[in-house]
Amino acid sequence: MADNKFAAYICSGCGLGDQLDIKTLEKIALKEGKMQVVKSHPFLCNAEGVQMINDDVEKEGVTHVCIAACSRRSKTEAFHFPTVAMSRANLREGVIWVVAAGEAHDEVRQEMADDYVRMGCAELKKMKLPAGNPDKAHSKRILVVGGGMSGLTAAFEAAEAGYETLVVEKQAQLGGWAANLWKRVPFKAPYTEPQDTGLADLAAKVGSHPLIKVHLNSTVAETAGAPGRFAVKIAQESGAVTEETVGAIVQATGFTGYDIAKLPELGGGQANVVDQAGLESMARAANGATIKRADGKDVKSVVFLQCAGQRDDSGKHLPYCSGHCCATSIKQAMYFKNANPDIDTVVVYQDLRVPGMGEDFYRSAQEKGVTFTKGKASGVESSGNGCKVSFRDLILDEETSINADLVVLATGQVPSAGVELDAWTEVTNAADGGSAEAKQQKIVMHKSSVLNLTYRQGPDLPQFKYGFADSHFICFPYETRRTGIYAAGPVRRPMDLLQATEDATGAALKAIQAVENASLGRAAHPRSGDLSYPLVRLEGCTQCKRCTVECPFGAIDEDEKRFPVFNEQRCRRCGTCMGACPVRVISFENYSVDTVGSQIKAVDMPDEFSERPRILILACENDAYPALDMAGLSRTVYSAFVRVIPVRCLGSVNTIWITDALNSGFDGVMMMGCKKGDDYQCHFVKGSELAHYRMSKIGDTLTQLGLEPERVVTQEVAITDNQRVVTLINDYVAQINELGMSPMKGFN
Amino acid sequence: MSNANVQAVARYQNDFLREVEERVEEGHMVKMCMQCGVCAGSCPFGPDWEHSPQKIFMMIRAGKRDEVLGSDSMFMCTSCYSCIVRCPRELPITHIMHGLANYAHRLGLAPKGQPTREFATLFWNNLVKKGRVNELTLTLGHYFTNGLVSGIKTALGMQRIGLGLFLAKRLNPMEIFGGHGVKDLKGFHAIVAKAKEIEDRKKGFTA
Repeated sequence: MADNKFAAYICSGCGLGDQLDIKTLEKIALKEGKMQVVKSHPFLCNAEGVQMINDDVEKEGVTHVCIAACSRRSKTEAFHFPTVAMSRANLREGVIWVVAAGEAHDEVRQEMADDYVRMGCAELKKMKLPAGNPDKAHSKRILVVGGGMSGLTAAFEAAEAGYETLVVEKQAQLGGWAANLWKRVPFKAPYTEPQDTGLADLAAKVGSHPLIKVHLNSTVAETAGAPGRFAVKIAQESGAVTEETVGAIVQATGFTGYDIAKLPELGGGQANVVDQAGLESMARAANGATIKRADGKDVKSVVFLQCAGQRDDSGKHLPYCSGHCCATSIKQAMYFKNANPDIDTVVVYQDLRVPGMGEDFYRSAQEKGVTFTKGKASGVESSGNGCKVSFRDLILDEETSINADLVVLATGQVPSAGVELDAWTEVTNAADGGSAEAKQQKIVMHKSSVLNLTYRQGPDLPQFKYGFADSHFICFPYETRRTGIYAAGPVRRPMDLLQATEDATGAALKAIQAVENASLGRAAHPRSGDLSYPLVRLEGCTQCKRCTVECPFGAIDEDEKRFPVFNEQRCRRCGTCMGACPVRVISFENYSVDTVGSQIKAVDMPDEFSERPRILILACENDAYPALDMAGLSRTVYSAFVRVIPVRCLGSVNTIWITDALNSGFDGVMMMGCKKGDDYQCHFVKGSELAHYRMSKIGDTLTQLGLEPERVVTQEVAITDNQRVVTLINDYVAQINELGMSPMKGFN
Repeated sequence: MSNANVQAVARYQNDFLREVEERVEEGHMVKMCMQCGVCAGSCPFGPDWEHSPQKIFMMIRAGKRDEVLGSDSMFMCTSCYSCIVRCPRELPITHIMHGLANYAHRLGLAPKGQPTREFATLFWNNLVKKGRVNELTLTLGHYFTNGLVSGIKTALGMQRIGLGLFLAKRLNPMEIFGGHGVKDLKGFHAIVAKAKEIEDRKKGFTA
């Protein structure tokens, strides 16, 4: 500690000097904050102010810097001092922009600023400059599992960017699903005719690329390790096993078509009823001429039934829409019309949906004379030398039927995401309990695994809805809950070839980012570039397993003695393990139970009779804290009795902080995290949900302390809720005022 | 069944869509309808028709020839053009409706006694006779469409207006005796005959 030198810099620009007593703040930083250097500057973020700090760092040996100015989210380029530990006291967005104007509020405004300076200094005292993960992983190779359109695109893009790539393909040739297509839905203007898939070209480019190695007839037999150091065993059909080290993995294992045999009511199993894949092989056989049925007869009339076994609410079939099938049926109808315009082609749809530039394609089919009928098919039976399709016409509102030589069912995409982990856990538990049947079942399940991860959480990516690999559709589409493993293409959500191509390119970029970060010992998304990583004092660990179970990313394994084994490269630095640990042995160098705890204790607590309650807000730095900053930016006034501490994720909130806050006299604690549940917005997937769960258990503790349960609340806040946070705060302060001051004041 | 209709049925068999495409004004656009229903929702006569344009187009594609050509819906169109303005696929719906009405009329399949159809026939016959509309005979003819008694009643009810028009020199009672025609009546008749010939050829009514 002897070498540490702490300094506080207080800015008086942006109106801070007019509204706050800077001299008092300086005194607090010096006396209470115990800073060795305290300086103020009228414009701290300009070149001169920054130079002042840099000079102190270089010449005076300052190692820790507290900037009391604007929010930690502002002026990050100016206040960038990579060689020192830094805390930020938010006096602008957090105080002068949100406290009501006028002399009447001078006192509470100053109190708030004083507290934020105290908190900034207290936090700094407990911080260390993150040294980075010493265990830097060096492999920058990328493994692509699946050699279809998505996989080939990902491999080619990664290789073109200069990264060595391995492709593992189960079949004897590259191409996957797309190789079975005669043509694809157009992806280039004018979007009027089916186009060549371009797959042969891509496969050739991948096959001859100097940076790409292709393993055909192969599967992934085992995946161990972490980003930058995955040890992968690639098993060939023949039994030979190759061991490779890779830095990141793109899983592009695609989908299978929904089994047509499950649709007997729509003629599944009949000779003249095929699915879209079946029609593609017929089209490839015809090679541009009139398509022939299996019995050799020319098809003169064809009916396409959309949403076959899809968008089903009865629970029997797929509940979702596969997105590509309307455009695919349009394309297939064109196969017929282009060969012979006199062939009757009818598409029976309920809602025709053609995303992207599909409307032009749809219009082109109408011009070619493809008939589109809004209806719901009720049955397909063979009739004469063909089929009779019965359906309800939804426009004319009547039961009707058409005869056709061939019926094509537009069945949906079923993701090939491997083992479902909830079922896996259940079977594993039963097997561990000694059930012979479960042991057998586990072996069968293991055979269907794609990645065969050796993680304690199971062999494959966690699945979200309907068996698709988990990812966030909007905010971080390729991210899965396994760091360094990215899902791309229809394994992630239903999609067409064009979307799969874009998806694969995105996933390749994410994989590159992951290997680069891992090689520098830094975190991956969403704390990309973070050098801190969890440190654990194993001698204090009670082997309770809460950290290993609750880690949303499966980063923590267990050793034989059931101690946690951290795989730093897999860690996203959310701190959920830190929040979970009952003995508080997990910490980060710059974010720990102490850095937050000392801030809570640093707040100056007015006595019970002051009528000035203190409310602690623990705000998620991803959404809630920006929303609060935005409220400040729009100068929306909220109560000056709150003290906000940003946290990495609500999942990192350790219950000791709540107890500390209540013990030191806070009248209420409000936690603001992201939306949880199926349509979660939590950047760490489970953090917010875990926090809600933990806090639901805290009621008993409060009662034991003689406190009302309302003194601790948890809220879901989105980044756009900048006005709602204000209402939440003000309503809560009113509620606390009604409850009365905390009886815990004055004991510390 | 009219001779033209028998020929049409023989020619197109069950392909009513093709028949409409070839023989009805703007009929080739029917296939471009995407069944959004905006026309049906926009029509001021919406609730009063048997079939909205959306349904008419769907029926054409479903091959419901008798229902479409026997529908009175096309005759109810007031040409307000709301549907044309709003159609996202830019179908000339009003024109197609008139085209269908005209086609149904020519085949003799349009509903008998449909007032719009009757008045249009009256108007056309009146116009063609002298090359100009004779307002007196047209109005009187209209009054008597529903029979002698109702015609006399309507005429008597309108007599004050008729008198007013006469005094203002807007109505010449002598017009009842045939009235005056255009200068070159023979030439006019020749023009109409030629136009009909061209139209028939275009629409396939002649071989």
